[in-house]
Formats: sequence, C-alpha cells, structure tokens
Amino acid sequence: MSIDFKLNQNNLSRRKFIGIIFLAFCLLGVLVAMMGLISLLIQVILQGYEWVTPNLIFNYPSRHPEQAGLWAALIGTLYMMGLTALITVPTGVGAAIYLEEYAPKNWITSFIEINTSNLAGVPSIVYGLLGLSIFVYFLKLERSILAGSLTMSLLILPVLILASREAIKAVPRAHREAAFALGGDKWQVVKMAVLPNAFPGILTGVILALSRAIGEAAPMVAITALVYITFIPVTPMDRFTVMPIQIFNWISRPQDDFRGLAAGGIIVLLILLLSMNSVAVILRNKFQKRSEE
Amino acid sequence: MILNNEQNKSNIILRVKNLSFYYGAFQALKNISLDIEANKVTAIIGPSGCGKSTLLRCFNRMNDLFSKSKLEGQIIFDDLDIYSQSIDPVLIRSKIGMVFQKPNPFPKSIYDNVAFGLRINGFAGNYDEEIERALIQSALWDEVKDRLKDNAYSLSGGQQQRLCIARALAIRPDVILLDEPTSALDPIGTVKIEDLVNVLKNDYTIIIVTHNMQQAARVSDKTAFLLSGEDRCGILIEYDYTKNIFSNPKMKETEDYITGRFS
Repeated sequence: MSIDFKLNQNNLSRRKFIGIIFLAFCLLGVLVAMMGLISLLIQVILQGYEWVTPNLIFNYPSRHPEQAGLWAALIGTLYMMGLTALITVPTGVGAAIYLEEYAPKNWITSFIEINTSNLAGVPSIVYGLLGLSIFVYFLKLERSILAGSLTMSLLILPVLILASREAIKAVPRAHREAAFALGGDKWQVVKMAVLPNAFPGILTGVILALSRAIGEAAPMVAITALVYITFIPVTPMDRFTVMPIQIFNWISRPQDDFRGLAAGGIIVLLILLLSMNSVAVILRNKFQKRSEE
Repeated sequence: MILNNEQNKSNIILRVKNLSFYYGAFQALKNISLDIEANKVTAIIGPSGCGKSTLLRCFNRMNDLFSKSKLEGQIIFDDLDIYSQSIDPVLIRSKIGMVFQKPNPFPKSIYDNVAFGLRINGFAGNYDEEIERALIQSALWDEVKDRLKDNAYSLSGGQQQRLCIARALAIRPDVILLDEPTSALDPIGTVKIEDLVNVLKNDYTIIIVTHNMQQAARVSDKTAFLLSGEDRCGILIEYDYTKNIFSNPKMKETEDYITGRFS
C-alpha cells in the first residue's frame, strides 16, 4: 500500500511560501525600526563622545562651550523624577486598585475608564499648559520643582493606571478565590493575594511611565522656561531646569561646539535612562522569578 | 450507654431549606432541601451544568462574590442562618473551608501557603506546630518536611492539591467543601486524595462535588443527585445513603444516570 501525498504536497509548498512572505514582512519591520535607532545612536555617539567629560556633568551652563555643563539640569531631572515617582506611584496604583477591585460596574466607572485611556494619548504640551495655569498661576507654586513634578505626574498617571490595571486584571481568579475561601476580607485578599502577584506588572508600568517623563521637554518648556541656572535646587519650591531643555537649548545655538555638547548631553540622558530602566528590570525579574518558580 | 446517647443526638451540621439560587435572571437551583450529617462524606453528583458547584458554593457564601447573584431559602449551620443579615461571610468561610477544582496554591513557599489562612485570621499561637499538624493531616508532611521553604509550584499536581487541603485545614474549619478536587489529577494523585478524604471525615464534615460516579461510590456516605430540569435549572432528584443510591435508587432519573443511560 502506498500513501498519496500529492494533494498535501501542492498545498504544503503554497502554505510555506505564504509563511516565508509573512516572515519577510516581519523582518523588514524589525529592520526599519532597528536601523532608525542604530543610526541615531551612532550619530549621537560620534558627535558627542568627546564632550562627555567631567566638565559636562559637573559644570553649570556657560557661554563658553568647553566650560558649559548640565549639573543643574542633571540634578533638576533627578530631583523632579524622584518627586514625580513619589506622587505618581501611590496615586496611580491606588486608582488602579480602586477601579479594578472596588469600583461598582456602572456608567460613572466606565466614563472614568474611557477617559483614562484617552488621557494617555493627549499631547504632552497640553499637560504643560494645564500645569502652567493650575499649579504655577492658580495654586501659586511658581515655576518650582513641585509644580513641574505635579505636571509630570498628571502626564504619566494615565499610563501608570492603565498598566497597573492590566497587571491586577491578570492575577488568576483562582488566587483571589483561594484567599476569600480562607476567610480573607476584601483588603486582605487585595494585599496578600492580588498585589504580590501584580507587582512585577505594576513595576513595568512604573518603568514605562517614568521613562516617558524623563525625556519629556514640551511640558517643562511651559513650566520652567529657564535654562541659565547656576544653582542646585534644594527645596521643592526652588526654580529648576531639566536635561531635555538644556539639550534643546544647546542644539538651537548657532555654534557647532554647542551641538557637540548637546550630543554629549543626550548620551548622558540615555545612560541615565538605561540605568534607571535596568535597575527596575532587575527588580522586576527578581520578583517574577519568585512568583513563577 | 453514653455512646448510644451521643449517637441518638441529632448529627446534622448543615440544613438546606428550600434553597433557590439565581445568577441575575437565570435560576440555577430550585427549591433544594437536604441535611448534611456531621463527620460524614456527602457527595453531590449530576451531569455538567446541573448546579453542583453552585450548590457547594452556597455553603460558604462564595457565590456572594458574583455581584448579581440572589439566594432564596435558608442554610442553617449548627443553629446559625448563614444568610441572615447579621452574619459576615468572612466568618462563615473561616469555619467552612474550600478546595477547588484545579490546585491553586499561592506563588509562595509551602510554609507560607499553609500559614496564609492563619495570618489572615490573626492566629497568635505557634505557627510551626499548626503548619506541621495541617501538613500531617493532609498526608503531605513526609514529602515536604525538608523543603518547607521551597516554592509551592515545585510540587506535583497531586501534592499541590494536598497542600491546598492543608491550607484549608490549618484554620481548623468544621466543614470542608471539595469542588471536583481530583479532576485535574492523575490516577495516583486521585487515589491519595480519596484515601485522605476517608481519614479526614473523622475530624471534619466533608461535602464533595464530583462528576465521577465511581468516586462518589468510593468515598461518600451519602449522595445527592442533581439534574437540570426545565429551563436548565438544577433540582435535587434524590438524596440518600450512597449504597442505596447506587444499588437501589428510588427515582428512575437516578437509575438512568448511574447506569449510564443518561446522555
């Protein structure tokens, strides 16, 4: 007896061909994205590596490119990010827990849900102007770090809430039920069964949100409007500047040296961003491993 | 003769009276009445969708977690109407424990899994002792005593399910509800759980939902047979000692089901 493969064979080569075309499309997509990123990185590094010196990091801004640095902007960025995290993480995670676990399923809740998603897509300059009118003028916080952090918090809250909600939603129902069946009340179930499980996902949301905040220049243009700062902010009410604004300022100068300086600043910003992310990724993996073994 | 007097006393721990249950507009259970005897194993059997698990979840008010559920009738636990306004379901669940269809240990260590219920209920005594007792009772102690700090997911499926039983036993409930506890396990794991049920009934009252009739015949003292009647609504067809249900059923529906003539 012989088996007839003929029909299947014809079909098979066609299916394989379609599969290859699909693979080619996917590879093309990866290639385009990677080319863009890599050429950008190469250009920045070539242009700026000479400028990454202790001067760049520890000096205040100056008219002379060889003496100019972004010490004030670096500290301003770190200060603002810290304050933003302090404001955003409790409120964002709290909002996510409320919406997922406690909120009644009615039209008010769905209205809030739809708006949270929409707010995540609003252009950042709009948040800058909102912050300017509410925090700077109305609440009279002046152009302070506090006003900047509050504005940045508004900007990244929707991102964090969405990510945290997804993480909470992904906690298996079986774990909730097990905790309830052992006589847990709502808060104990959330605290002991849901949050530990959702923690890696929430941390990812925090990373994403803070990464977005660290590179944003537009809202800060509206809030600080300052570049030439020759002091380090101490209290949250001090005036400040951040790295993207300093870099933006340098790029718009006519002298070539300042453009090199800007590239150097971008490298420092990237290093800051990457180290922040890797700390968070390491933390997340540690917790994930613990919960998936 | 003290012994006889003890036996004559009413041994009913749970009384279900005219219970009907609704998910929104859908009626899942209709007018069910049955008495559960203490220190016996009661099996609930019936085809898929007849409301076995729904009935089981009525005993520890797990159905409260569905927002649109509604219950009519009563369940009396000892002397307590567990659905009366003044009763907090959280307290009921600490006295009526539950083990689910699929093993669902928390992603924590074996020790922390068993300690979970103790911590939730604010237990202030010796944790090590209680955890050892629960693990011995669930016949898992010898397999895990040297690795209590290991993650619960390093255990096999059958061991995980016995860990879930230990977790339920740790808070010393009076009743344990088992919702198809072996349906996700291999035959060896199944036998171990069934042996365990036979031992546990000395100290606990056990209600087990199963779609496996042989299992009901093997482990239970009494059996309740449910069937979905008109409108897919579950009704109690017959409730009797297991040996009567399987050897001499009174109802034709029961006979059809246990002899496999039911499809």
